Amino acid sequence: MSSNKETFGKTVGFVFIVCLVCAALVSVSAIQLKPLQVENKLLDQQTKILEASGLLATTDGSSKAIKATFAKLVDAKMIDLDSGDFIEGNPELFDERRNSRDVTKSDKPKDDIAGINRRSKDAVVYLVRNEAGKVETVVLPIVGSGLWDLMYGYVGLEADLNTVRSVVYSDHKETPGLGAEVMNPKWKALWPGKKIYNGAGEVKASLVKGGAKSGDIHGVDALSGATLTSNGVTRTLQFWFGEEGYAPFIAKYRAGGVN
Amino acid sequence: MSSEAKKVLTQPIVDNNPIALQVLGICSALAVTSSMANALVMTLAVVLVTAFSNLFISIIRNHIPSSVRIIVQMAIIASLVIVVDQVLKAFSYQLSKELSVFVGLIITNCIVMGRAEAFAMKEKPGVSFWDGVGNGLGYGFILMTVAFFRELFGFGTLFGIEILPLIQNDGWYQANGLLVLPFSSFFIIGFIIWAIRQWKPEQVEKD
Repeated sequence: MSSNKETFGKTVGFVFIVCLVCAALVSVSAIQLKPLQVENKLLDQQTKILEASGLLATTDGSSKAIKATFAKLVDAKMIDLDSGDFIEGNPELFDERRNSRDVTKSDKPKDDIAGINRRSKDAVVYLVRNEAGKVETVVLPIVGSGLWDLMYGYVGLEADLNTVRSVVYSDHKETPGLGAEVMNPKWKALWPGKKIYNGAGEVKASLVKGGAKSGDIHGVDALSGATLTSNGVTRTLQFWFGEEGYAPFIAKYRAGGVN
Repeated sequence: MSSEAKKVLTQPIVDNNPIALQVLGICSALAVTSSMANALVMTLAVVLVTAFSNLFISIIRNHIPSSVRIIVQMAIIASLVIVVDQVLKAFSYQLSKELSVFVGLIITNCIVMGRAEAFAMKEKPGVSFWDGVGNGLGYGFILMTVAFFRELFGFGTLFGIEILPLIQNDGWYQANGLLVLPFSSFFIIGFIIWAIRQWKPEQVEKD
């Protein structure tokens, strides 16, 4: 490193060239890989929705089979959460995370028990049909605070919009071995058949510390060693099936069924 | 491969291990060692970044003005890290969901910059490249060892395959909750350093 290359112009020029080359490298790789990344994200989402509807087991788990099943049986629709009506809109362009940061597209919940801060006014619901074209499962996206961060997931409801088919979390940052047990198939297997609402229409689905009693149609065992995550899951369910969540939608379509 | 390249490739694994002897890169070793799969991907990412940052920096070492050399090294390392992160997102989405934060933090991994500054600035590109690979592997060796103990005794699995059936899955093994948490790596790394220094006493610092 001799001193003759230490002129100001040379240094600036060198840094400029290095920046240019690095910027080119980064942008080329980002643009080239973008289609693959978008596809991965979509596939991940479709996998989770199929899992929530109980159809994942009917595919062989390959990306092709998942895409084909999703395209054939799943119908994504936009709804307005306050009224519960279906609205026009392209569900593929809907991004809950972006909307809930946009003040024009979201509002502050009156009772933010799920700790989400802002709630998108619209939502996407997934109507999952059987081969005959009848809606068998309605998959509803949920989000709420766990111990460390927001936990994103899906609840699959049977056509009566009360009986749970599954609760599937897709994205969370809970402690491995404790809160992250929401991903444990043993725990997920406790959900099918549980009822969200009681006869009076109150949200009763919850995680029960110390274990749900046998015959409890609303309660599921809480996660051991993860009280805060369990509380988060309970509050998330209470929020999303309450008045500020999907309750208006469910009330409207419960009687006649969704089609 | 020349004997010099072989030497720089194998030395960092035990004789001059970046974690055990130089005690660099500890922070990321805590974070990503909860499972073998995570540790393996992190190892590959660090090997790639260290190797190529050493290579590129070595190629232009005679042109880098010494007054801005650190920032030039950082620019190259940061670009490589972004590329690795993008590739991971494109080809291994599940792992990238868990590792994305830590992959970004490779930029701050002292091993990468340490090798760039201490080795690649002086040596030829070929041997620098192998030095980067060697140091990445040395880092990975510790990572994999720590992850082996943490995953086996913390979750009862290895690479996600059940070895010790857990009580919560109707097995007999009570998982060790301490090993699930990141700071347990401190203890394991401590034991590894002790074991290596028992085996190679010349690594023990003189008072």
